[in-house]
Amino acid sequence: MILADDEKAMLDGSGGLAKQKAMELLVRYATALGAERFVDTKNITGVPGSSTLFLQKYFEEHAGDGSFEAVFSLYDLDAGQVTSVPPATGNCCHLQGGMDLQHWSDLGMSSEAMLHQREDEAELARRGVRIMKTCTPYLVGNLPVKGEHCAWMESSAVVYCNSVIGARTNTEGRESTSAAMLTGKIPDWGFHRDEYRYATHLIEVEAPTESVMDWGMLGYFIGEVMGQNIPVLTGAIQQADPLRHKHFGAAAASSGGVEMYHMVGVTPEAATLDLALGGRKPVAAIKYGAPERRRVYEALNANGRDSNIDYVMLGCPHASIEQFRDVARLLDGNKIKTHLWMFTSRAVKAVADLSGFTRQIEDAGGLVMTDTCSAIARAVPKGTKVVALDSAKQTHYLPAMVDVEAWFGSTEDCIHAALTGRWTGELR
Amino acid sequence: MIVLHGRGIVGGCAEGEALVTRETISGWGGIDPMTGTVIETRHELHGQSFKDKVLVFPGAKGSSGWSNAFHMTRLTKSAPLAMIFNQMTTKIALGAVVTRVPAVTELDQDPLSVIETGDWVKVDGDRGVVEVTKR
Repeated sequence: MILADDEKAMLDGSGGLAKQKAMELLVRYATALGAERFVDTKNITGVPGSSTLFLQKYFEEHAGDGSFEAVFSLYDLDAGQVTSVPPATGNCCHLQGGMDLQHWSDLGMSSEAMLHQREDEAELARRGVRIMKTCTPYLVGNLPVKGEHCAWMESSAVVYCNSVIGARTNTEGRESTSAAMLTGKIPDWGFHRDEYRYATHLIEVEAPTESVMDWGMLGYFIGEVMGQNIPVLTGAIQQADPLRHKHFGAAAASSGGVEMYHMVGVTPEAATLDLALGGRKPVAAIKYGAPERRRVYEALNANGRDSNIDYVMLGCPHASIEQFRDVARLLDGNKIKTHLWMFTSRAVKAVADLSGFTRQIEDAGGLVMTDTCSAIARAVPKGTKVVALDSAKQTHYLPAMVDVEAWFGSTEDCIHAALTGRWTGELR
Repeated sequence: MIVLHGRGIVGGCAEGEALVTRETISGWGGIDPMTGTVIETRHELHGQSFKDKVLVFPGAKGSSGWSNAFHMTRLTKSAPLAMIFNQMTTKIALGAVVTRVPAVTELDQDPLSVIETGDWVKVDGDRGVVEVTKR
């Protein structure tokens, strides 16, 4: 690798032990990738040092130290020794976490785990990390500019960052983002480089794609057929607002490994089809028509059998403020018959509180929670056997993680299920 | 014995029985880090554990928690003995590095065609060499 002077200095230890260990990990990682150099980054989102009680106890038992600094150095930096952890560089944000600090007991968490999370947060805040606690940092103030080099975790945020914003990030992991927070460096590989960002496959969308549910299904289809490849979409793509991009990208990054997509005339690096493809011909052209749309719908609902719904979960990825407005309108002052949990960021919840949406959802019998979701927390209301979801991503993950049946549909289908206790969703 | 040559991305040597899949693997949400079992509902390895096996697979997909999930298998002693894969991604590069098991990619023959589940496989991550003994 070709190292810059400041990188060599950190590796030599002149920036202190933690930075040295962070650089060592980044060099191991960059070498594995085959990267030749690093890029500088000031925009980093991760989950630095946040530990479950399992991790804390593991290091207490195996290293005699379960403190924040021990977890950060032994686990995040894979350093082999405990170091003190200096302040983070740049704009560093903490993504989603394990629980809502107000409704933790509803999530089945212990007070011990809650207190531990509070301590982790205090450690991070002391080091300059923004406690955003969301999978949607781009909705609550972390909005890079086009071309900016970032080091982001969270596959749904990564695909949004590359595709919708036109900033540059790979799908980083916990360890690489934690190391980047101390060093401001990340391997110059993949999506940091122009030649990697061009579309490889053409997707011709023939089935009308308008609602958020439509966009989730299209994303899920594209993830399955694309794997790691980069699609460019043409055709019947309408109303591609941030909310639809959020659900589309999250789905494509779950069923497959899509980290970037282009939409001709919509996304910043796709003014024309030719620009999106970098002047090359697509490897293949793939059609998304009515039969494909039906197949996706059926795949997402393959696991649903019992139409009696116990639990409706909304907010994957974390709900935006307009989704709160929609849910409050759909509830329309009625009481629900199932559990309803809606997950969001702390910042959006603050606005939902002030706008009266939280109160309307709670008056109906629902609960608004921040920081986490059912899949991350592995938590559903007690006794839940059947779940209704409006997120293709959550439908992909949740049944396997908490052993429930899941139905996928629109937000309207989900609220109808909450109000009646029955699933009546269908492909319209 | 069949010998494949490629690029080692994590050093060290290990040998054992192969577990082969043609489907990419999700880390977070796709495996149980406590047991090394694939839990993704529609995955062809659903219910099978890679613990103490040489995992041969196309690559990683899904959540950015991939490295974290595999890193955890190292702590729970449920990690694969070694990894052999085709598609380089940041998920798998970081995941292999922190799992600290020998890992090889860019092989001169497709390991998914050459290696079958149950074959005895020796992985040299320092030299980037894979030796396959058919069962």
